Amino acid sequence: MRTVEISVAFMPLVDAAPLIVAQELGFAETEGVSLDLVAAPSWSSLRDMLAFGRVDAAHLLSPLPVAMALGLGGVSTPISAVSVLSANGNVLGVGRGLERRLRDAGYGFDFADPVKAATALAVAGNGDRDRDRNGPIIFGVPFPFSMHVELLRYWCAGTDLGETGIEIRTVPPPLMADALAAGDIDAFCVGEPWGSVAVDQGVGALILPGRSIWEFAPEKVLAVRTDWAETEPDLLGRLMRAVWRAGRWLGNPDSVGAASNILSRKTYLDVPAELIDRALSGDLTVSASGDQRRVDHFVEFHAGAASFPWRSQARWIANRLRQSHEPAGGVSLDAAAAVFRSDLYRRHLAASGADLPGASEKLEGSIRHPTAVASLNGGTILLPDRFFDGRIFDPSGVE
Amino acid sequence: MDTKLTVVVVEEDRDRAIAIVDALKDSVDCDVFVISEASGLGRKIAVHAPDIVLIDVDNPTRDMLEELTLASGPLERPVAMFVSGAAGGLAQAAIEAGVSAYVVDGLSPARIRPVMDTAIARFRMVRQMRSELAETRRALEERKVIDRAKGLLMKAKSIDEDAAYALLRKTAMNQGRRVADVAGAVVTASGLLG
Repeated sequence: MRTVEISVAFMPLVDAAPLIVAQELGFAETEGVSLDLVAAPSWSSLRDMLAFGRVDAAHLLSPLPVAMALGLGGVSTPISAVSVLSANGNVLGVGRGLERRLRDAGYGFDFADPVKAATALAVAGNGDRDRDRNGPIIFGVPFPFSMHVELLRYWCAGTDLGETGIEIRTVPPPLMADALAAGDIDAFCVGEPWGSVAVDQGVGALILPGRSIWEFAPEKVLAVRTDWAETEPDLLGRLMRAVWRAGRWLGNPDSVGAASNILSRKTYLDVPAELIDRALSGDLTVSASGDQRRVDHFVEFHAGAASFPWRSQARWIANRLRQSHEPAGGVSLDAAAAVFRSDLYRRHLAASGADLPGASEKLEGSIRHPTAVASLNGGTILLPDRFFDGRIFDPSGVE
Repeated sequence: MDTKLTVVVVEEDRDRAIAIVDALKDSVDCDVFVISEASGLGRKIAVHAPDIVLIDVDNPTRDMLEELTLASGPLERPVAMFVSGAAGGLAQAAIEAGVSAYVVDGLSPARIRPVMDTAIARFRMVRQMRSELAETRRALEERKVIDRAKGLLMKAKSIDEDAAYALLRKTAMNQGRRVADVAGAVVTASGLLG
């Protein structure tokens, strides 16, 4: 088979792993493709690289293509999310000032309970702060259209933090620790390894994993231009299968060490392998004094049909985006949800051994225990996808 | 309508910033302000209430500007990213040259054009200079590694410099690798063994 090069843009994050591993461990080569991986300096430049044809595929924040379909944020090139690259994988953290006030108030940094954490933060965020500014706690996030923002808003709305409100500000992930140290932000929600970097630089402590708010949130997607998906179906299939096999390899606990080493290289994340290891193994260090917390499924690449792009996930995102922004006229929720291409996933992965769920929508938040569902090979077990407040999102319930 | 345009340039490097400001002032009647620090970017931009914000495509703080594209941004007036505007192929040309622009909605394309043309030309030049510099640096680094590898080989095998280089080159050709990569491997191996 002739080897064809596909250019793929990524942001230096742990969850770019399926793309990096697909290329480095030969999953791409097996499919007769070679991935030209291009590191992007920012999400906006990554989006533009994809929209304007500088690259053919990209590692994208799951809400970004949905936002684009809703006409939010400028660029409106139709983008297809052909698979989910990773579920979960974010951390919420606070700066030293808030950490001290939380500890003084007896907060135990259990890294588990989002309701308690919000209550403690609401109290600690009030009154005299370490700086001469009153008002809501300022959270740094990587991008305005991101799961980070949606998790924060959802969490805030259902807890004591909703009373005081929070402010959300965009800070590029590699600059998050600096922004915290400089006092530009009080707290953050960011993808690994950048939360662990903040901990190791002694500027902050982690308070929650993203999954404590939504237990199975689609974090990044594999995205291509919709017209490219239509004109290059064969290449797309090869790319998707290579990435899916890389995700399956990453889902094996034995792969963690090797994966951390590959990702730590200068051309990829350029941080010590030990920092990457934390997210991949789920053994996180949450404070500068070395407190350890264990989080199962901290980031998931494979188990629980993690890579299947559920229309209901896109619909949840679209519904949330519509509540906080004014979408450009006339885009229906159906159209925005159709950005997650469960149809292409079925078409291109049917022959690869991937198990395909019988449905393309589910009640988001309804799975409390690992649950077997109807699927092509009968082997699909979905993992819990509970929202912290126990609510269930019925995709057919919103128009 | 013909009031002076206000342009903000986000650029850390002082020399580059000056070059861009000079170019803009020479060709367009405008006020230009430079912001060099990422902290409080939105606030600093809001102070100038610019018509256009120019930023290097490769600048990671560009994402902070995306907030301004949302109506509730600190400028308190609608801002659209230039690439969404109706000014045709200008957007792509800009991105290829390495500049991205954020433009206040409603500014006529005719007024955007000269600013963008100048910015594109200037950024293209700067980008080329930068890639040449990086190339020179890389070549220098490689030169150093090759020299060290040569020295190690000369000592280990008691051969002269030409023979050492020939050996490196031959190995590189046989393995389909670059001389600098083979030299790097020699230096690493010698560090491990030595």
